[in-house]
Amino acid sequence: MTKEDCQKLVIDIISDIAPDEDLSAIKPEIRLRDQLQLDSMDFLDIVMELRKRHGIEVPEADYSHLASLESCAEYLTPKFPTKA
Amino acid sequence: MKQTRIVITGIGLTAPNGNSLAEFRKNLLSGVSGITTIDVRYMGRHPAGMCTFDPLKYQKKKDVRIGTRVGGISIYCAREALADSGVDLATRDKSRVGIYLGVTEHGNVETENEVYNISQFKYDTKFWSHHHNPRTVANNAAGEVSLNLGITGPAYTIGAACAAGNMGLIHAAQMLRLGEVDFALAGGVSESPQTFGIFAGFKSQNALAAHEDPTKASRPFDQARNGIVISEGGCIYTIERLADAQARGAKIYGEIAGYHVNSDATDYVLPNPERQAECVRKAIANAGMTIEDIDLINTHATSTPQGDIQECVAIADVFKSRSSPPHINNTKGFIGHAMGAAGALELAGNLPSFDDLIIHPSINVDNLDPQCDIPGLVINQAKKAARVDVILNNSFGMLGINSTLIIKRFVA
Repeated sequence: MTKEDCQKLVIDIISDIAPDEDLSAIKPEIRLRDQLQLDSMDFLDIVMELRKRHGIEVPEADYSHLASLESCAEYLTPKFPTKA
Repeated sequence: MKQTRIVITGIGLTAPNGNSLAEFRKNLLSGVSGITTIDVRYMGRHPAGMCTFDPLKYQKKKDVRIGTRVGGISIYCAREALADSGVDLATRDKSRVGIYLGVTEHGNVETENEVYNISQFKYDTKFWSHHHNPRTVANNAAGEVSLNLGITGPAYTIGAACAAGNMGLIHAAQMLRLGEVDFALAGGVSESPQTFGIFAGFKSQNALAAHEDPTKASRPFDQARNGIVISEGGCIYTIERLADAQARGAKIYGEIAGYHVNSDATDYVLPNPERQAECVRKAIANAGMTIEDIDLINTHATSTPQGDIQECVAIADVFKSRSSPPHINNTKGFIGHAMGAAGALELAGNLPSFDDLIIHPSINVDNLDPQCDIPGLVINQAKKAARVDVILNNSFGMLGINSTLIIKRFVA
């Protein structure tokens, strides 16, 4: 799992959480909330989908790591199992 | 004491056979059923009434995802009613607008969905959605409308089993007369076909309709009727004080003439014709009318073997001394039982009779049950009436709640 792959997985989730948003020009380094209409319930949805789809737990204390695509990838990539 | 006059000035609806009053009425007059079959979780295919309105007409995809089916139905109907009324909410004090929606039940759909969802994860509740509580609170349907329209006045639901469709209108009239609000969105809504529990409950009660042709499954008054077809739908009216409606030159569909609500206090599910008759009589008295004044009765009859007979007994008793019977019809043969929406939708289907003097029939009556053969029943074929000035709308529900609403032709 590369950080780019991880970003794609997060975008897949966001496309379901925020289906009205145009995600084609999303900037990885900018806070997601500054580019998209996302509220705290949406971030809980992202946390839930990471749990359901990928078995990844994000404790509440770590929610700040989900601020941007870049920080998501930084934080989440090591949590994906490495390929044998 | 002379009561403040209350009128209906807008109608928004979605029914299994129509997404506007014009389409609904056209199909009622031409005998078009809206019943299909659907897959019910754990139960296979069953007849049901599903609506085909476009949820994205008034909601974003995200709002549809987060909200409930009944929230979407309510928003669609409320927006359509507002557009029909000609009222621009931007020019109104939104804290003086009330939203009163009747519901039979709420929360079953989302609870079943979440239980099913966690069953896919070994029943680990950490997979239970944080959306569950806002989706299942009893005021969900009205609350979603207030969010969608930015209405800050009172917005809540009225739980009254299958009598609920009348209750929204009755409650709105009361609140307008009390001066609590200046304008109301009121009616009834249902998302019940999304929950297998309602189907399973009626099946266990031997009250779930079955027929190889789904369009024939709901057949009130027919000898072979075997139960209820569960449907979704909604019908929301804009309701105003007459003086306010006249001041803005509103189109007026009819006037709320009277109503009554009572309880059987005899059984959880079995209806009580004595109390139903009492409800009808007291509504007529409340309207300052006599039995001679009623021109058209919409029956609640749901196509169950016993319930249809009980209502016919009640109506025959109330109107037995009339020289010529009122016209009597039923809408559930077309759309099934739309639960909380039933009374509101069925009233809407009859309101155009004030203008065209046509009584839509009860359909699917191949062999009229002799015990339902009461004078005035309009079956299978629409009928021209000499006079339609007053419509009486019955809606009854479990735990013995009865509601009767009387609407009269508006005469200034």
